Amino acid sequence: MVAGAIVMMFPFLWTVITSITPNGSLSGGPTLFVEHPTLDAYGTLFARLPMARIVLNSLFVALVSTGLQLLTGSMAGYAFARLDFPGKPLVFGLYLATMMIPLQVLVVPLFIEFRDWQLQDTLFALIAPTVASAFGVFLLRQAIQAVPRELDEAATIDGAGHLRIFARIILPLVRPELATVGIFGFMASWNSFLWPLVVIRSPELQTLPLGLATLQGQFTTRWDVVMAGSVVSILPMALVYLLAQRHVIAGVAHTGLK
Amino acid sequence: MKNRRSQAAWAALFLAPSAIPLALFTLWPMVSSIRISFERWNLISAPVFVGPANYVKLLTSPLTAEVFGHTLAYVLGYLPLVYVGGLALALALNAKLPARAFFRAIYFLPVVTSWVVVALVWKWLLNPSNGIVNALLGAVGLPQPGWWTDPNWAMASVVLASAWKDLGFVMVILLAGLQAIPGDVLEAARIDGASTWRTFRHVTLPMLTPSTFFVVVISLIKGFQGFDQVDVMKGGGRQGSSQVAVEQIYDLTFRYGRAGEAAALSWLLFGVILIITAIQLWGQRKWVHYA
Repeated sequence: MVAGAIVMMFPFLWTVITSITPNGSLSGGPTLFVEHPTLDAYGTLFARLPMARIVLNSLFVALVSTGLQLLTGSMAGYAFARLDFPGKPLVFGLYLATMMIPLQVLVVPLFIEFRDWQLQDTLFALIAPTVASAFGVFLLRQAIQAVPRELDEAATIDGAGHLRIFARIILPLVRPELATVGIFGFMASWNSFLWPLVVIRSPELQTLPLGLATLQGQFTTRWDVVMAGSVVSILPMALVYLLAQRHVIAGVAHTGLK
Repeated sequence: MKNRRSQAAWAALFLAPSAIPLALFTLWPMVSSIRISFERWNLISAPVFVGPANYVKLLTSPLTAEVFGHTLAYVLGYLPLVYVGGLALALALNAKLPARAFFRAIYFLPVVTSWVVVALVWKWLLNPSNGIVNALLGAVGLPQPGWWTDPNWAMASVVLASAWKDLGFVMVILLAGLQAIPGDVLEAARIDGASTWRTFRHVTLPMLTPSTFFVVVISLIKGFQGFDQVDVMKGGGRQGSSQVAVEQIYDLTFRYGRAGEAAALSWLLFGVILIITAIQLWGQRKWVHYA
């Protein structure tokens, strides 16, 4: 088990080691113990790419997209779980249908849509298609359905409207599911590559995966710089993961048990 | 009556923030994609309706079969690797082990890392001239393949990197499955004198089939939709031995200006995924045991 953990961790370790090895001594490959560790690679990285901007873009896009996904998903979940309206099964069916359509089918027409609106190559284009997730709606609807209706009814008698019931009673009770949807949303945005690759042209609007792929194209022989970029990209995600580790793993395990 | 109307109004209000983006950015592009797949269009001049010509062209082109063949090769290499590895880890973690949560967290870390980073890190590990893997292979006198620079090894490199990334995911799914097996069933097998291997083969594995089924279905879907890791790891020209369907969609649109063919290919891909998933759903009753 310990040996396995070392093997699994090794690529991460190697990434960090390479990033602090002086470029000149990389030709024979780095060594486990770096004699003269240096942060040169990080300096080059930030000098040659608008790296700070790229990290900020990634953070901004991921946070806005996750926040909106939580809001739109829990609101729709409430409507499907608690409200009666004509055509409900049909509308719900349409939501589920969007979950089955892969991004690969959408990417060409989506690009054309944003181009026609002259909104390609903007952060808006990165965020807009991700503000609602049918998966999130579905998961939150299940969670809200599991909340006892007596709680709403008691609040209604006390004169609370839907907005109050939603915000004060339902939302606090579905926090674990909100955490799951939030973490998946953040991960998907932070790691997304195909859509940014299609819609973003300006270097200063790139997100991390796109920036890294570009970097690798420019510095084909500077592995220390490429690995430094990888470290910068892994760190924030790893931090979020370590803080929310239980929720992440429980969320994944839960999706498999359905 | 008034209550019903007001509920519908509230529902509209609660649904609008998700319904509008989903309609604009999923449903509408989906409809356009169907339309575009019947057109000849280079994204610039006016599109020309050509009927099913794009589909006919794709279905008769040897390149299509080749691209799906690469994807299949990827899935066939990747699936046994992550399943056996993930199962071994899940079994080890299911035993009462000190620091179990710690190991589980470590094995899962690659899952939250982006495909682009995974691909870059493995490109460096598998670097033919000064990568660590070839250095180790050389040290013990084994041949040193050209990995992602060699067309014969490119897909194997992608498979290794992908398996490393997804091992933790498979482990967590299987671990959840293992933990759902009631203790008294295993206990009964033991009291009946079944050996560890027989218990595993005839009790644990059958009871794990729902989780196994989930892993297989998800891996196949994700495998056919794969793009990031293949695109980043690719050495040399794009038409290499590892060109997969989604890359072909991207290239057709943005390199060759054949958006109609690209849209048709995306629907073919979707069809293939649907058929494969349907076959599995149909075939599951032969081997999946639900408690």
